[in-house]
Amino acid sequence: MIVFDKPKALADVPLHYCPGCTHGIVHRLVAEVIDELGIEGKTVGVAPVGCSVFAYNYFNCDMIEAAHGRAPAVATGVKRADPDNIVFTYQGDGDLASIGTCETVHAAARNENITIIFINNTIYGMTGGQMAPTSLPGQITQTSPYGRDVNTVGLPIKVCEMLSQVDGASYLERVAVNNVKNVRNAKKAIKRAFQNQLEGKGFSLIEVLSTCPTNWGLTPDKALKWLEENMIPYYPLGVYKDKYSEEGK
Amino acid sequence: MAEKVLMKGNEALAEAAIMAGCRHYFGYPITPQTEIAAYMAKRMPKIGGTFLQAESEIAAINMVYGAAAAGKRAMTSSSSPGIALKSEGLSYLAGSDLPALIINVQRGGPGLGGIQPSQSDYFHATRGAGHGDFHMIVLAPASVQEMVDLTFKGFDLADKYRSPVMLLSDGTMGQMMEPVSLDMGEVKEYDKSSWATNGTKCEREHNVVNSLFIQPDELERYNFERYERYAHIEANEVMYSEYCMDDAEICIVAYGVAARVSQNAVDKAREQGIKVGMIRPITLWPFPKAVLNAAADKVKAFISVELSMGQLIEDVQLATSCKKPVLLCNRTGGMIPTTEDVLASINKANSVGGDK
Repeated sequence: MIVFDKPKALADVPLHYCPGCTHGIVHRLVAEVIDELGIEGKTVGVAPVGCSVFAYNYFNCDMIEAAHGRAPAVATGVKRADPDNIVFTYQGDGDLASIGTCETVHAAARNENITIIFINNTIYGMTGGQMAPTSLPGQITQTSPYGRDVNTVGLPIKVCEMLSQVDGASYLERVAVNNVKNVRNAKKAIKRAFQNQLEGKGFSLIEVLSTCPTNWGLTPDKALKWLEENMIPYYPLGVYKDKYSEEGK
Repeated sequence: MAEKVLMKGNEALAEAAIMAGCRHYFGYPITPQTEIAAYMAKRMPKIGGTFLQAESEIAAINMVYGAAAAGKRAMTSSSSPGIALKSEGLSYLAGSDLPALIINVQRGGPGLGGIQPSQSDYFHATRGAGHGDFHMIVLAPASVQEMVDLTFKGFDLADKYRSPVMLLSDGTMGQMMEPVSLDMGEVKEYDKSSWATNGTKCEREHNVVNSLFIQPDELERYNFERYERYAHIEANEVMYSEYCMDDAEICIVAYGVAARVSQNAVDKAREQGIKVGMIRPITLWPFPKAVLNAAADKVKAFISVELSMGQLIEDVQLATSCKKPVLLCNRTGGMIPTTEDVLASINKANSVGGDK
């Protein structure tokens, strides 16, 4: 009896991600949700520039590779073309919170009926570890070699907090994938974000605090610890907006 | 004979797009193309289509990218500075082999430039619409009727060759009114099932729309394949019109509004006994090289009449292998050459050309 198998929505190919990177976990969670909701045949994913740009090799649903930062606009075009299809984007922090801030905010403002999976690992992974809009104060990266100096480059952007001020947005939640409990919560949030779209509830964004052991210069287990000790205090987990629940109003 | 209606160029174009089956328009306000967006905003909701005012030109072209990826006829329109912002998207459309129609109602540049008619995006449209090796088919209307006809044809060419097509118009074409026939005929349907990302329905392998090829040999192969398609376009889709070329000794080359002015100048010069004619490219890419090269064996000089600082002239020189002198008759910044300006150039060509 098989008790543990690959989700059907995930292709049976090796992922290119570095050892210890949490992209694999999040891919799996998205694929499990697609399976559980039975929506693979009508799901279209959009993965723009970043480490996850090769997501089109990993998800079995139709996939679109998009320009850096533009996934919410591309997803808008896909969703308007086929409103009955389920459209999700899978974006990193440089993509979503730096070059694509405009597209992110306006997709939220329109309450575009799409689902955004936002990977926040405080760094540009694919290009080799540069400072991201979400890099923590003092964080050492390739382009902040003396640590992020908030006097010259400012403070990190907290995406869920920022978007919670946008009236249009429906559902915003920040989760983490650093331990089993948090992974289970992350899956719940991702499922909710897809369900919202099925029910026509509009813009849902799940921010997933993730690791980048390679560019952080940490072993996988130390990276998980770093996430817990440094990221979660700065980026508190939880629901930031939920138009459709009593407590979220 | 089809009934004709009096319409403004931009509005006629928008209606033609709808008649061509376009139900997805994404744009951002900019003069002098505004009527296209305004027309779409009025019409699309009535016919179950999408009009969406995007947050930026960049977002608009990426929405087009998404709708085109889903297999739908999609378009955006803008004017020069806005088109520059769309460059990234144009490159991605070409790199992902997506069909779409992009309208550039040109205005003066560089920078913010002005809002009067111009042809100074010729290089952008025909040479450098974005990064990387690619072309767009570029169509240049010279009347409101051609705004309609070429919009209709533009969608067909885009689908036929899975390529972005640009309609390179200008403020004059967009703003002027002429009687037009909207009798477009049948819309040809293309099978997009092998690539459109509209959901697998769990009945086929997934489709991927992508321009990323990390292996250099693979990327080269895709570019080679695309250029084979381009060669086919160059062999089959060149469009131009000739005016008084049978006995011409001087050949004007002009498109769009410059061709309209030039046609008047040809008539006036003929009254003075000067044998001048005109070749008007309708496709700027592919450029009508062969007809110009053949003309170079007959005429003594060419005149490039354009609303730019010598952009079209380069294609005339290339097409004619510089066999004959090519004079430049131009205004820029939103100014339009007058008939007299063109006549003066014709007289000059008549003398510099000397004997054949």
